[in-house]
Order: sequence, then C-alpha cells, then structure tokens
Amino acid sequence: MTSEETIADELATLKRCAPSDVLGRVMRGVDLADEFTEIEGPTGPAYVAWNGRGITAFVPVDAVGTPDAFKERHPREAFHVEAPPPSLAKHLDRAIETGRLGRLPVDLSSIGAFQRKVLEKCSEIPPGEIRPYGWIAREIGSPGAVRAVGTALGRNPVPVLIPCHRVVRTDGRIGNYAYGSPMKRALLEHEGLDPDAIETSAQRGVRLVGSDTTGIYCFPTCRHAKRIAEAHRVEFRSEAAARADGYRACKVCRPAA
Amino acid sequence: MTRTLDHLPQRLASDRDGAFPDLVRAMQDGVFSGVLQFTRNRHDAEDVTQETFVRVYRALGTYDADRIRSLRLRPWVWTIALNLCRNRARTVARHPEAQLTVDRVDTHGDASIEAVNEVSLEAWRDRLAALPAPQRTAVVLHHVVGLPYAEIAASTDRTESTVRSDVRRGLARLRTLIEEEAQ
Repeated sequence: MTSEETIADELATLKRCAPSDVLGRVMRGVDLADEFTEIEGPTGPAYVAWNGRGITAFVPVDAVGTPDAFKERHPREAFHVEAPPPSLAKHLDRAIETGRLGRLPVDLSSIGAFQRKVLEKCSEIPPGEIRPYGWIAREIGSPGAVRAVGTALGRNPVPVLIPCHRVVRTDGRIGNYAYGSPMKRALLEHEGLDPDAIETSAQRGVRLVGSDTTGIYCFPTCRHAKRIAEAHRVEFRSEAAARADGYRACKVCRPAA
Repeated sequence: MTRTLDHLPQRLASDRDGAFPDLVRAMQDGVFSGVLQFTRNRHDAEDVTQETFVRVYRALGTYDADRIRSLRLRPWVWTIALNLCRNRARTVARHPEAQLTVDRVDTHGDASIEAVNEVSLEAWRDRLAALPAPQRTAVVLHHVVGLPYAEIAASTDRTESTVRSDVRRGLARLRTLIEEEAQ
C-alpha cells in the first residue's frame, strides 16, 4: 500500500545536480565569461583566451602553470575548452605563423583609450623589426608620454600576438618584458633578429642607418635598412646628425615626425 | 545556500556581473531538477535551464536597483523557467516530428545505480505528465525542487491555498496511478 508520504519521499529523490557545464554555458551566453585553451606559440606553449569579440589573453604556460592557475589570474571568469572555434582557430594559427595579427580579432573593449592606441600602433610593427618606445609615443600624438607607453605595453593582455616584444628602449637596449627579458630576446631571435648584435651596435652609439645612394635614413631593423649594401651603409647617432648630412627620414619606418 | 540567496538581491543590485554567477550556482540544481520533469528529456532540460539563466541576466539588466533589491529571487526565476518550459512544450506539440528525437535515457545494458535512478526518473515523469498542469507544477516545485507553498504561489501567480490543494490533489492522483500500475 503506497501512502502519499512515501510518494513525497520518492519525489524528493528525483532531485538532480545540474550538468557541470551549465554555469559556463550561461556565462558565455551572457558574455560574462571567456573560454581558453592551450596552443603552441612561437617560443613555447601558451594559454589563449577569447570571447565573442575576439582574443582576450595570451599567457605563456611556463609563466602560470596549470589551467586552474590561469583561470585564477584571468581577469574574467574563464572556462577551459579543447580548442578555439574554427573561425577563430584559422586566424589564430595564421597570426602565430606570420607574426602579424592579420584578421585575428582582439577584444580591447575593456582597455582604456590611450592603451588601446598604443597597442594598435604596436600591432603595425612588422615581424623582424623593432621600434623604440618613443616612436610609439610620437606616432600616437603623445610624444611626451614615453613612460606611459612603456606601462601600456607592459600591461598588454595579448603579448606575442600584439608584438610588444618589438618595442625596445630608446638607448637601443632590448629592455624589459612582462614575461622576462629572455623571452623577449627569444621572440626577436625567432623573427630572425640578433638581440646581442642589436645591443652591441647601440652601445657604439648607432641609432639610425642610411644609404648614401638614396639619402634616406631608417631604423636599423627597417626592411629598407636591411637592403642597404654594406658599401653604402652609413650610421648615425641621431636624427639631427642624419639631417645635418642631408638625409631625409624613411617614410616606411618613420624614424622622425 | 539559503543565506547566499538572502543576500543576493542586494548584491545583484550593486554588482550584477559579480553576483550573477552565485545566483546560477545557488539555483542551478533546483531549476534543472524541476525542469527535467517539465521537458521531454535531459537535453531539453539542459537547454531550458541554460536559457532560464540567460533570460534572468538580461531581465536584471532592464531593472533598476530598487526593483532588483525587492525581488523574491526563487519565485521570480521560476516564473521565467516555467514560461520557457511551456513555450518548449508548445513548440514540441506544434512540430510533432521533433518528438522522434526523444531519448529514452540510455539505460540499456547498464545496470549502474545511475541507470536505475534514471529509469525511476522516467517512470515518474510519465506519471507526473498524467496530472493536470497546475497540479503537476505544484507537486514538482514543492516535492522535487523543495519550494515552499508561498514561493510556488508567487511564481505561478496563484494563491497559497490553491497551491496547497493542488499539491494535495496531485499526490492523491499519483497514488491512484501507482495503485493502477500495480494491478
């Protein structure tokens, strides 16, 4: 004989736990959370996070450790997944391969206007080339804000993809990097540059190089500077020196305003 | 958990995005358990549960802080969930071909406790489906989810005494059904 009390007891056993991914799906549904996965970066494995608007983070695995540790330090809630959606994966692979963002969307919506300008300008630096912090400051119309540029780059949420490793000190030294100077040097080497040679030459006082056939001066790593034959290569300590010799600034790397 | 819910309207009013995950955590098992009885299968229940919280979040975005502070969260969330369950049932009724995808939980050959549990879940879902809708809603919300009568009354826009009598009559009906099964 079944009593209504036993029925009530049985009904109580129908309580179930929600599937573990409900929170994640909801959070992504309302755009409060990101997803992330591991990918192979140019100098080792990295965690990459994204949301509906684009990439939100790039962090070397070595720098954080486990996926849980990544979640812990990610500014938004993040859910670990197998792989990025195919639409994103295609552009991400290409960006890693070429060293340029290309059509890879990056979500800079939570970043202030100044930092965004700095990061966007930084993205224009081609792989295998470097620019001083002061160059970015001048290009974005804030020539006095060199230190602020350094800070903005130091807080780059998507290093490697937005190539802040291609921005170096005005005195020619490679300088600091959020994930350590060795990684910055490794990234530059990966792009075919020789950080030691760059620093040695800077120590000799070389800031710019020109061609005596064209009368144009460039940053030493500008693709046009690299084409100058040894016999026609002229070194300068400053823009003033180059201009005094009758040289004009390259319109591609824009070493002067 | 109850204490978390008590403070949630206040927290949601001042920091919607920060408090929202706690709302989901506090209510997801209850919502899922109930919705499981109001939908055809686990897949639909997951969908409806997810959609419920997405709607909750969007609705919160349209309310001012005072309105959020005065919300009775569980009844409010359940109003939204029940609406979605009804819509889902209506869509299913209109597109009967979709019925073909009903997955009678894959219990074949698997004698694990979970499988046995799911068999009983299926059996109860069938019995509950035989109740008039208001009784089924009241019985599930009270005895499966564990909502007090007052909250069920608030979420279904009925009086508390109606809900009480719905639960009582629902249980009596279930008892009759079970006795009929036994014969």
